[in-house]
Amino acid sequence: MITKLNVASIMVLNKDEALDFYVNKLGLEKGQDVKQGSYRWLTVRVPGDVTEISLAEPGPPVHDEATAVQLRDLITKGALGGLVFKADDVRGMYETLKSRGVNDFTQEPTDHFYGTDMGVRDPFGNAIRILQQGKVAHKARA
Amino acid sequence: MSREVEGLNRRLLRARDAMDRSYAEPLDVRAVAAVAHLSEAHFTRSFRATFGETPHRYLQRRRVERSMFLLRETDRSVIDICFDVGFTSRGTFSRTFREIVGETPSNYRLGNGPMVAPNCYQMWAMRPVVAAGRARRSSSFGDAAAATAP
Repeated sequence: MITKLNVASIMVLNKDEALDFYVNKLGLEKGQDVKQGSYRWLTVRVPGDVTEISLAEPGPPVHDEATAVQLRDLITKGALGGLVFKADDVRGMYETLKSRGVNDFTQEPTDHFYGTDMGVRDPFGNAIRILQQGKVAHKARA
Repeated sequence: MSREVEGLNRRLLRARDAMDRSYAEPLDVRAVAAVAHLSEAHFTRSFRATFGETPHRYLQRRRVERSMFLLRETDRSVIDICFDVGFTSRGTFSRTFREIVGETPSNYRLGNGPMVAPNCYQMWAMRPVVAAGRARRSSSFGDAAAATAP
């Protein structure tokens, strides 16, 4: 029986730039940072959580150059999967992100029947959703 | 792929996101192109090459998707929903909806109830494809843009 999600992965174009965004802007913490030759195993995680999010770059030795080109194209077109986080105060987080210079929002905080959520993109085009779960009095709006 | 192409993709994605956020407002191609720092013609050409459809069609499908959401989730009148999602005339809305969905807004409402799924999923996955044949062009960017929309 599987008991826990241990590592998830997201493709980025530059690991240092990704680390800066996910830690200094989004508020995650740095996890593993192991270098072996030209390879770097770099992860971030929600503070206090055990699930690591691997920041992976397209390219050798995992991908041949043609595949890496395709992946970079898909990342920057926003066509790859993203991440969904939970937060305790989405509206407060929205203001915090803006104060940290983040302006690539796909959706401002919005109330739904399942809670309040917002959307933002990382510097490369990956979609990030942040949800404050809970019943919220709302009226469906487009 | 060059950094230049990656940068262009990223700017076009920002423009597409702007349409997703502001679909209910009276958008014009020039304003959306400005988000990508491109001329109107370059933007339209590049958007189509990158995302497989013109910005005009993308906006139409976004507006229709949002109208489908409101038809399923609310009891607002069709005419109110038409204006809620950025169309400026009932005729254009009904024609565009039928072209894309394949039935009238009222018929769609009769056959579809609320969908228990996160809004982001519905926006992502429920944008309709054109129902039958090639849809005629109609204006989502405004009547003036209809003649020039690619």
